[in-house]
This record gives sequence, structure tokens and C-alpha cells, in this order.
Amino acid sequence: MLSPEDVQKVATLARLKLSDEELQQIGQQLDGILGYVAVLDEVDVSEIEPMAHVADVTNAFRDDEVRPSLPREESLSNAPKTDGKYFLVPQILENA
Amino acid sequence: MDITGSTTGQLLNAMQNGDVSAVEVTQTYLDEITAHGETVGAFLTVDSEGALAQAAEVDRKRSSGESLGKLAGLPVAVKDNICTKGLATTCASRMLENFVPPYDAHVTTQLQNADAVIIGKANLDEFAMGSSTENSALKVTRNPWNIAHTPGGSSGGSAAAVAARLAPLGIGSDTGGSIRQPASFCGVVGMKPTYGRVSRYGLVAFASSLDQIGPFATDVTGAALLLETLAGHDNRDSTSVDRPVPNYSATVDQPLEGLRVGVVSEFFGDGIDSDVDSSVRAAIDVYRSLGAEVSEVSLPHTKYAVATYYLIACSEASSNLARYDGVHYGRRADQFDNMIDMYAASRAEGFGAEVKRRIMLGVFALSEGYSDQYYLKALKVRRLIRNDFDAAFENVDVLAGPTCPTPAFRIGELVDDPLQMYLSDICTISANLVGIPGMSVPAGFSSNGLPIGLQLLAGPFEEEKLLRAARMFERETDWHTQRPTFS
Repeated sequence: MLSPEDVQKVATLARLKLSDEELQQIGQQLDGILGYVAVLDEVDVSEIEPMAHVADVTNAFRDDEVRPSLPREESLSNAPKTDGKYFLVPQILENA
Repeated sequence: MDITGSTTGQLLNAMQNGDVSAVEVTQTYLDEITAHGETVGAFLTVDSEGALAQAAEVDRKRSSGESLGKLAGLPVAVKDNICTKGLATTCASRMLENFVPPYDAHVTTQLQNADAVIIGKANLDEFAMGSSTENSALKVTRNPWNIAHTPGGSSGGSAAAVAARLAPLGIGSDTGGSIRQPASFCGVVGMKPTYGRVSRYGLVAFASSLDQIGPFATDVTGAALLLETLAGHDNRDSTSVDRPVPNYSATVDQPLEGLRVGVVSEFFGDGIDSDVDSSVRAAIDVYRSLGAEVSEVSLPHTKYAVATYYLIACSEASSNLARYDGVHYGRRADQFDNMIDMYAASRAEGFGAEVKRRIMLGVFALSEGYSDQYYLKALKVRRLIRNDFDAAFENVDVLAGPTCPTPAFRIGELVDDPLQMYLSDICTISANLVGIPGMSVPAGFSSNGLPIGLQLLAGPFEEEKLLRAARMFERETDWHTQRPTFS
């Protein structure tokens, strides 16, 4: 069982500002899902290598060439806040 | 000519012969969307103006004798998690409601090079997370065969559009069954290619080791034609594989001599609907009647596939969706205290319940003290599932079973029970974990008139064999020619 503190910790790590109601509901649902995935405990994997990926490609190298990239205007076209030159964010450093 | 009743092959022939223009074809589908679009709710964006301009360009090229691509003049419904430059790409999320991509996905460019007509962007479960399209934050999509039922998901809009003949072709993405399951629910052909066969560049990432783009069509030949357009190497996706693309549509009509079909016992387990069971067994009898060698095959780790999948998919999703920070694109909250709070508030506003749930599960499964027990364990079981398939394909050419244990469920039926919804993916999920191609082909109807799909799976990069095997079945049956009446 996940405690309310555990669920809040995960939400903080996930950068999700959840209401108390959401925390409680998601906590219950996570408990249910974690209860279900415990079925994996019955599998012996002691000799098994993890498989993160199915593709047999490893490092895909290409030449380091200068190529055109998106123009600034297009790069900023979806920004929630911009001055036309930069992405604007709230002040991060105090007394900066 | 009955345009919407035609196959892609018939439409291409008619346009080539001058019986009908590309503009007439596109206009006919646009009229169908106007007539039935809101009943089905398949599209988030219909690009009438752009589609008619693309179609006019096809007609112009044809009349001036210029060469034309393989899909010249065929309308395509594109899932709205695939970037289209200048055309909104929302992922059916409040997070990306106003996002207009400054670039095209690789497959979008492939469609344009083939002279296809992008008619609109199709609805989906938010960020492709779901099995019913009910997780769309923007629209409800209904199953054209019975509008009280879901079209499946997550590519429910693309599947419903093709089933309702609002477009002859569709494109979806499949992370755990998101092409095959809605194809099954909507009575159309849908295919997930081998991992790496189609570039994922410009597909909004959900679970990067599982996601793959693939075709929807009303028949196997249409799917073959669309796949050969989408497939191929692209150095902007480092997992896209540099192998020649076979001419699938040229060989699809050739039956396979001595085909060996393995019937997956575990796919007929507890909870399978009796109509699904009998329809799929009847489909397998069709292969027997064609001289195929049919045997029972066991994939013993199937019972662990759903748990393995949800741990891996959610872990990858939690990492991929970290990019939505309210800075570069997407929603930013109006009210926040500081930078960190801006992230958290923006993400809380932008993401729906299922996306939050999966991010939370993924972050937990990757977190300190738990990652060995959950994420790493899942990666190990994933290898055991892969070993099951490797062993099976030593003895058979294709594996067969139902695409989904049940026909389409009702809208609202499973929406409050995420685990039950996840379990409906039991037959499709392994192909993503293992990276193999799979497809769903119409194989009958339930007693209450809902479509049933036959799923076929083949080894890595065996799409040609898979399509030919599917076509062998299709040419003996007429399930794929049935059309819904939207009621």
C-alpha cells in the first residue's frame, strides 16, 4: 500500500500539481495496478539479461555536418511566452 | 461510380483511366464527412481546403503528363499525434490543443511524395494512451457499427474514419495494439509493422521502444500499398532500420505454398467472448481448407505480458512526457508561484486523468528503491516473452488468434476501471514488446452486429509474408466488404 506521502512524493518527482482528491484516487489506482503487476514476482529472472530494446541497431552514427535548422520565428511560434527572441520563463535566481 | 464503396485499387484505376478526377474523389469523401462526420466523431481537424488543393495538384500533374506517386489522389486520415507542418497536431490533449508543428513527420513527407491527399487529423486517446479513444480530451469518437460502442483505441479516429468510409486509408500508431485493436473493433484492416520498419520522426513519443506507425485500409491490398509508402530508412530516427522495402502490393495476391499457421492457445483464454472464439476458429479453418498446416502453439509467458507492458510503457512515457514544461510549446498555467510550480501547474492543467496515472506509475517504477523491482524486472520478463516468440517462429510462419478477446465495448463501460481496460490488450501487447509485425483482418460479426478481427503475427521484417497470408484469408471471405450504417 502506498501512503499518501508516497503518492505526493511521486507527484512531486513527476512535476504534477495534483489536488487531494486526485492524489487519493490515483493512489488507489496505483495500488490496484501494483497489486496486479506483482504477478511478475512468480517469474524466475535470475539468469536473464534485461531487454530495453528490440532493435539490433546499436549506435547510429552520421557525419557531423552543419545543416539548416528551424528559423527562430518558427522555433518560437508555439511558445506560451516569448519576446520574439527568447522563450520567457519566470525569474529563477533571486536578486538577479 | 460508387467512390466510397471502392477499394483503394479501384479508386486508383478509376483516376488513372480518367473516369473520375482526384478532386471529385476528395470532394466525395469531404461530403461524407459533412454528412456523417459528427455522428462518428472521427476527425479533430478536417482540412478541406488543403485536401482539395492537393487533389487539384494531382489532377494537374496527371493532365500535364507528369509522373505520379503510388497513392496519387487517395485521401488519408492521419492520427493526430503525427506532425503535419502548419496543420494542428493536438494528440487530443489540452496540453497541445493549440500546437501547430513547424515541421512534418517522416511519414507525412512520405505521403506527400506519394501524392496522397491528407484529408484530416483523426481523434485518439490522449497521447495515444488508451484502448477506446475515450481518453481524448477533445472529442468523443463512436463506433460506426453501433454508436453506443467505442471504436477502440488509441487510433480510434483513424479506424472509425476508414470503417465509415470517410477516407479510404488511415494512419495510426501502435504501442500496445493501438492500430490492430481499433481495426478489429471497426471491421477494417490494420497493421503494426516491425519495430524500425517505419521512421518515428515526427510521431509524438509515447513509449519509444514500443511505438510504431502503420496503415489502416478497407482491404489487405490497400494496407500493403500504404505500408510500402510509409516504410523505409530515415536517419532522423536512429532506430529506423536500413533495409530495402519490398514491393508489398505487387506480391500480396500470391498465396503462400505450404503455409504453417500456429494457433496461440493463450489467446483463447478466460474471458474470451464466445462469438470471437467461434469466428476466429472458423477463420483458422479457412487456412486449413487452403491446405495450410495448422498447429497449436504455446507462448507460456503471455500471462505476464500486460504487467510487463504497463511497467515499460509507463516508464518510457514518464520520461518522454517530461518535455511538456510550459516553456517551449504547449500549455502554460496562468497562476503559479515559481518556476517549479509553473511546470507542475501547467502539467496538471494540460494532462488528463489517464496520462497523469501513467506518468505517476512510470515515475514510481523508475524511482530510487523501486526500479529493480519494477522496471528492471519488466525488462527481464520482456526477454522471456521474446524467447517464446523466437521458439514459436522456428516451427510456424505466422501466429493466429483473436485481435481482442471481445468485440467493441460500450462507451463508458470500462472507463472507471483502468486495469480492466489494460487487460483488453492481452492479445496485441506482446508484438510490441517483441518488436514483430502484426495485423488485424475482418473475420466476422458478433450476434449483435459488431465486427470481430483475426490477428496474424509474423517474425521481424516478415511483413510481406504476413500480408500475403492475410490476403489468402481475405479472398475467401467477404467480411471486409461489409459496411456500417451508423446507427
